[in-house]
Order: sequence, then structure tokens, then C-alpha cells
Amino acid sequence: MKNPAPAPEYNPNELLICTAARLMTDNCTAFIGTGIPMLAASLAQKLHAPTLVTIFEFGGTGAILEELPIAVGGECTFHRAIAASGICDIMETAHRGWVDYGFIGGAQIDPYGNLNSTVIGDHDHPKARLPGSGGGNDVGSHCWRTIAIMHHDKRRFIEKVDFITTPGYLSGPGAREAAGLPPDTGPYRVVSNLAVLGFHPESKRMMLLATQPGVSVQEVIDNTGFELLFADSVEENPPPSMEELRILREEVDKYRLYI
Amino acid sequence: MEVLQSGIGKLIRPPDLNAFREWNRKKTKALVDKRMSEAEAVSRFIHDGDYIGTELYGTVRCPMSLVNEVIRQGKKDLLVAGQGVFELEMLLGAGLIKAMDITYVGLEVYGVSNVLRREVESGRVETCVEWSNAAFAGRFKAAAMGVPFIPLRSMLGTDTLKYSSAKVVRDPFTGDPICLIPALILDVGLIHVHRADQYGNAQIDGISGFAAEMARASKKLILSAEEIVDCEEFRCRPDRTIIPYYLVDAVVHAPFASHPGEMCYLYRRDEPQIKEWVRASKDPKTTRAYLDKYIYGVKNHQEYLALIGEERLQSLRQGVSDEEPSPCP
Repeated sequence: MKNPAPAPEYNPNELLICTAARLMTDNCTAFIGTGIPMLAASLAQKLHAPTLVTIFEFGGTGAILEELPIAVGGECTFHRAIAASGICDIMETAHRGWVDYGFIGGAQIDPYGNLNSTVIGDHDHPKARLPGSGGGNDVGSHCWRTIAIMHHDKRRFIEKVDFITTPGYLSGPGAREAAGLPPDTGPYRVVSNLAVLGFHPESKRMMLLATQPGVSVQEVIDNTGFELLFADSVEENPPPSMEELRILREEVDKYRLYI
Repeated sequence: MEVLQSGIGKLIRPPDLNAFREWNRKKTKALVDKRMSEAEAVSRFIHDGDYIGTELYGTVRCPMSLVNEVIRQGKKDLLVAGQGVFELEMLLGAGLIKAMDITYVGLEVYGVSNVLRREVESGRVETCVEWSNAAFAGRFKAAAMGVPFIPLRSMLGTDTLKYSSAKVVRDPFTGDPICLIPALILDVGLIHVHRADQYGNAQIDGISGFAAEMARASKKLILSAEEIVDCEEFRCRPDRTIIPYYLVDAVVHAPFASHPGEMCYLYRRDEPQIKEWVRASKDPKTTRAYLDKYIYGVKNHQEYLALIGEERLQSLRQGVSDEEPSPCP
């Protein structure tokens, strides 16, 4: 009797990249930030989304991600692209509602998907000064659906972030609209090394949709610093396939800069 | 217009549009040769306490030869538009920044900026006023438009707005809340371009970041260029001019000026050099040693390039796509 093929081994970054790539659909526009979103976009283009229109904030629209971008303004962000313009054009495009998905990260996230990438502690006397908004706030303000990619632990998934850099659902239902943000926008998914989470349609609080392979619901709860909601049936994500991992390792990040 | 919210951040440099018009009126429109060295440009046009800005972002098309000269000349108490990577790293590492409007200062794939942390957490950078990238570019755009502010739908509802100097007002047309961001007029802008002529006309290949806006938002503008070309190249392709000469005060011929950053279609970024900085920046002593070696220890950009070495620089040219058509077919 033949042994079944062994399950592929992968590291947490590879899992995040493969999970995020699956959320990138073909013929959509996606605002791509530094790091994991770039790898996920490249992987998605090589697998199921060849016409994923990548949008980079400093002017690249529609790049084919053959070489891995390492900086959001680098040459790879407009390699064989449709257009190389500037930041105002890109931000205005997002303002007008042309960007379907925005992929971002942060140091902290709260139950409403608000993200902090500015300071830990008090703003004027910070314990740790972090980089700041960059394009994060703009992505979270204007893209139709925002997807945050995070490492999952109790210090990062917390009840109240020290600083709201990027808007999630702010204080809850209706708060974005009341603040003047465009209607029907906001956090859509949170991809972590432990789970894929969404947001409850009414309460706008974070909701567990699926666990990552081999992770229990209890583990997700134990690593989250606030009370989670649960989908009616919490699925388990399929692990990264051999094909996803092969393309990721041999084509997307062949020099192993990230993975 | 009803003001619904005012950011509590300091408006570091309130815009004076009429003074800006008067300033611009007095600048020469004559075609004069503005070529000079980094040392001359920086000593003539940048002073202690000035508000300066650099362009682009990340390790891309950085005006490093100019920034290194600012550090060599010890221009201090600078007010800075904090959007960048390597330029801001060096200025912070040298302790020359007093206050900054900040959107992002970090090392991208290499994480948070060690020098930003040290300078801000110690209070040596006295003021950090928060903005988003769209707000930052929009502030230059407002200045370039010659208007005191523009509306934007970013930052609403967040602490980024609270710690900015933006305001939320009730839109007099729709009644909805809208964010207003104030124009930012720089004392001096520093921009590195692919090619310029002796008068200051400039072309940029690839993405143009916020060069067009920042150039027009600067009272004084220093350009460095990979290549100096004849004015005829601009005359026969005027559609390619992103910066017209009359905005410009100085033109510095500076090949490889973006090093260790990249210059699209010309050279890649120098990964080992960037990693050397990332390591050095972790500790004040090694930070100082890096600055001593690569900035204070050399007289000018030519000596810096000699220190990096011709062989290494040429290796950065390999594998760069050469698909940009020549500007004058």
C-alpha cells in the first residue's frame, strides 16, 4: 500500500502569505503595502489572479510582480505596469472609489479593526515611537474592503489600541459615516497566523471565521485580548498546498528575503 | 464654515500664500547657469532652523548627496517634512531635527527606525505632528495650487487627525464632515532627478512620487541630477518636464546620489549597505561610527562614491531594466 503524500511543512510567514493571497481575487484593484501584502499579491498573480491590479501608493498601477518589490516606491512596483504616476493620482483614485481591497498591517488592532502603527504609550511621551500612518490611514479610509495582516497575540489583539492610526469601525456601527468616511467601507478580514477573522454585520465587532490548520478555537481565544464573536460554523483553513509553497519559494521569494 | 474638530498638533509652519506669491514674483526667470557643488548649494540655500523636505520615499530616488552635505555642514534645529527612509535616518542619526511633520519614518522591510525611536523617545525631537501620506502629499498640493488648504476624506475619526493640525469642518455644500489640511510651504526642497539641464529643467523617469507638488511648494529648490543634459532635450520633449527651471535655485550633478537607495532604470539599491546602516543604527556609538565613516569622514559626494568603490557601484547597474526610451527620439 502506498503511503499518502506527507503534509507540506511551512513557517508562519508562508502561512500568512498563502492565506492573504487566497483573498485576492482576479480583475480587482488592490492597494498593496510593504512586506507580506507584496508577496501575497505576487503569489495570487501567479496562481488564480493574473489580472489582479496592484496599486502602490507612490504611483505604480497594474505592475506584474515578477521580481519581489522591497520598497513601496521601488522599480518593481511599476514593472510592466499600466501606469507610473505619482502619489496624488493614486490617493485620488482611492478617494473616488476605484480601489476594491486594501492590505495593511499594524502593531495593535482592537475589536472594531482600528489599527495602531504610531506609538505605544502616550503620544507626546511615547514608550515606543513607531513609524506612523504612512498610507495606512488612507487605505483604511478609502478602500472598499480593508484586510489587515497581523501576527496574533494578546499584546497585538487588544481591547483598546494606544492610538488609532488607521480607522476600522471606530467606536462601532455608524461611527465611520458619522466621522465623514465614505459609506460601506471598512475592515473586511483580519488574516493572522492563528485565524481568519471578519466583522459582525451589525455590531461591527471582530468575529472568528476560520482557524488556521491545526489551531484550536481555544488557542485563538487565549491569544486574543478581547471578547471574540464566532461565526455560526467556524471552519478550518486548508493548509498551504505544495503548489502554493513551490511558487512562493521558487518564484515569488527565491532569495528568501521574507520567508 | 462650522469647525467640528481641530487637531491639537502644532501648525509648525503656517502657510502665508501672499508672502509666497511675493517670494515667487522676485525669483529670477532668466536662463542662468545654476550648476554648483553640493557644498555651495547647501551653504547658500539652507540655514539653521529652516523647514526642509526631501523626495521620494523609501530608498528610492533619494537626494542623499545633498542630505549628507547638510549633515557635514551641521545645519541644525531643522524642521522637517518626515516622509522618507534613508534621508530621515541620516538627519535623525546626526541629531539635527528639532520638529517634524511625520507620516512615516521607518525601515520598511527592516522594521521600525532605531534613530527615530531614540530621537523622539528622548525628546530631542521636540515635536511630532501626525499626518497620513495622502494628507502629506495633499499639503504640498495645496501649496502648489496656491491655496491655503484643501479638503480630504482621510484621517477622519482617528488619532492621526487628533494629533495633526488639520481641522474637520461641516462641508458648506453637503453638510457632511470633511477634513481640511493646511498648505505646507517649504523653505527648501531637495529633489533628486534622472536628468536636468544647467538652468534647472528636470525630468524624472518612472513614478514621480510627489516631486511635482513639492517642487512647486518650495521657496527654494535644490536639485541633484544623475545626468546634466542640454536644454535642447527639454525643448524637443516639453511634455516630459516635471520641474520647470524657474522653480530651481541650484543644480548639482550627482551620479549615484540615491545610493544606497535605487534609481529606477539606472541602478538597484545596495542591500548590504542598507543592512550595515540598520545594524549600526541600533546603538548610538555605532550610529556615530557609520556617520563618521560615510559622511563626516569624506569631503564630498565624489569621495563617498570612491569609498563605496567603482566595482560595487557598477554591480548595482546590472539587471536593471533598460526599457525607458531616450527622451529625444
